[in-house]
Amino acid sequence: MSRLIKDRRPVAEDPWHSLGADEPPPEPERAVIVPAERFEAERALWLARPGSLGVRIGPHCGLEPVLDVLDRLALIAIEFPTFRDGRGYSYARLLRERHRFQGELRAVGDVLRDQLFFMARCGFDAFELAPGQDVEAALAAFEDFPYTYQPAADGPATAWAR
Amino acid sequence: MYRYTDIDQRMIEARVAQFRDQTRRFLAGELSEEQFRPLRLMNGLYIQRHAPMLRISIPYGLLASRQLRKLAEIARRYDKGYGHFTTRQNIQFNWPRLEDVPDILAELATVQMHAIQTSGNCIRNVTSDHLAGVAADEVEDPRPYCEIIRQWACFHPEFSYLPRKFKIAVSGTEPNDRAAVKIHDIGLYLVRNEAGEVGFKVLVGGGLGRTPILAETVREFLPKADLLSYLEAILRVYNLYGRRDNIFKARIKILVNALGVDRFREQVEDEWSKMDRAALRLDPERIAHFRSFFAPPAHERDAPPLDPALLEADRNFALWYRHNTVAHKVPGYRAVFVSLKGYGRTPGDMTADEMDAVADLADRYSFGELRVTHTQNLLLADVREADLYALFKALDALGLACANIGTLTDMICCPGLDYCALANASSISIAKQIQAKFDELDYLYDLGEIRLNMSGCINACGHHHVGHIGILGVDKKGEEVYQIQVGGASSHDASLGRILGRAVPKAEVADAVGRILEVYLRERRDGERFIDTCRRLGSEPFKQAVYGAVESAA
Ligand code: SF4
Repeated sequence: MSRLIKDRRPVAEDPWHSLGADEPPPEPERAVIVPAERFEAERALWLARPGSLGVRIGPHCGLEPVLDVLDRLALIAIEFPTFRDGRGYSYARLLRERHRFQGELRAVGDVLRDQLFFMARCGFDAFELAPGQDVEAALAAFEDFPYTYQPAADGPATAWAR
Repeated sequence: MYRYTDIDQRMIEARVAQFRDQTRRFLAGELSEEQFRPLRLMNGLYIQRHAPMLRISIPYGLLASRQLRKLAEIARRYDKGYGHFTTRQNIQFNWPRLEDVPDILAELATVQMHAIQTSGNCIRNVTSDHLAGVAADEVEDPRPYCEIIRQWACFHPEFSYLPRKFKIAVSGTEPNDRAAVKIHDIGLYLVRNEAGEVGFKVLVGGGLGRTPILAETVREFLPKADLLSYLEAILRVYNLYGRRDNIFKARIKILVNALGVDRFREQVEDEWSKMDRAALRLDPERIAHFRSFFAPPAHERDAPPLDPALLEADRNFALWYRHNTVAHKVPGYRAVFVSLKGYGRTPGDMTADEMDAVADLADRYSFGELRVTHTQNLLLADVREADLYALFKALDALGLACANIGTLTDMICCPGLDYCALANASSISIAKQIQAKFDELDYLYDLGEIRLNMSGCINACGHHHVGHIGILGVDKKGEEVYQIQVGGASSHDASLGRILGRAVPKAEVADAVGRILEVYLRERRDGERFIDTCRRLGSEPFKQAVYGAVESAA
């Protein structure tokens, strides 16, 4: 069982292979998530592969590496080095609301139950929970609040509708 | 004041349920201390010197009498029978048990109160002018905008894990700023442009602590409709580019300083120009809706003025009237301070019995509402002049009519060593030392308007940098000593004080303050306030008075 949640449901097996910095590429058809630095260095190679392509973005590198290829990416993973680093929330909203990214937006790293509600509001639809997190229990977090006080990637503020 | 809808009520109840579950998981060992910490802080809960400290939100200082009664009840039931009002217009309890906090929050929710975002690296309680809606000098009442900002900031999904805490203040008047706007991360003044439209002047990057900086102007005029989108642009630039590697460099003031205000402004304007502003636009109907909550209460028409004979007959009343009440824009009314700074009191503290009694007075004399001032007093904002004498008598009987508002002993003082885990020094005992030395009201009146601010450590919760006289507790090899500065101010003409010299021992603080005051009394020119004399003379004569000519030359 993976620790992955997609569209608010647990995912038994992650269809994506998350590639390390020095790991050799998997077979060409395999869906792969490439670290941003590696993607930047070998763009042509990765874009030419037949398999689905995803890029993993760290908080320091920002959105630069992916902005001009968004329609070629089926997934963007945004890394939370610690759950206290909130940059990923802004990246997610920018990708969804400004750049209209339609693919899977996956939170990876120190992803904990108590931040899922906010992450989902910012446009994440997939969550790779940190080790030790209880996937089933975490699903409840999407229901933490019944309304919203501000517009975000999930639409206008529902508390504003008088 | 703002009235909760069913939606608002369900939201704070959902928050209680969420925190109850988080506390349960923490106590069961499912959440680590590190994971729980930001969650409890965003519910106002600190782990302190003696016990946890719970900081409860009083949005922009506005409080209904039933809410104050609930605070009294909580003080009795879960604490030691008192609470402490802070410079952020909130209240803190110093003795609750961690296990009880979910129940306390549930109690608070029954009167539409909470502790949401009173700490943590998120957007904190919005503060404002305690005379909002009362003072004749405001361009417009700032409170509707405070409430609009409060709701927008509440559970903001993008800005709940910022590099550091984030404080916003709004004032309806720039020239008479009573909200210390310039020491906030974002400060907003309601202003009128050349076309006569009302909007906001936007300042960014103020803050005290170890690197005190006054906010700089980022935009001279922002239309009201764009308030939230502009705030969102500033917060986004900060969230993405504020430093996260060093807690002492993480506030937005450091980012603004590093970039320079012009480049910071460019980044904000660039972000703003690309945003979907329509989603956050405040249309006139929405603004009118929020303004409707802050319509003036039903003041009596042609309310009779104060009977001047009462001032003649009772000197204490006359002094109280002069110092503890201020003009109201409606004829026949005054705003009345409830002084929490009387002789022998801990500045800003209030007992449960006092809370109940003052809640009754608010019901009787001021439409059931109160305000907390950033100088740690309470205010009854709408009192008929004809009721002033009765109110004075009632407050006097409670020991809450000390006629010292605006004087030296109306000090701002943080909890210090008595409660705060970070403190170096006992600010409260210094406050009492100063009260004891300067207990002559006539002397205080002769000194006139003076702001004395005191912090127990460099975090500067007591705003010592912007006191006309500022006192900072520091630790010198295990000894409590006190640094003294003069020349600070927090209003429109805000300035940071200058440190006079080496820190003085605890026993000598009040004497040192006395020598500073002597310089003023000797040197002042006609009509000059302490701060004016300070600005004219510079810090040198004060330095000499405290340390003697020889040492200050060294
Ligand atoms: S200034 Fe320091 S001692 Fe005083 S309350 Fe703040 S952190 Fe505590």
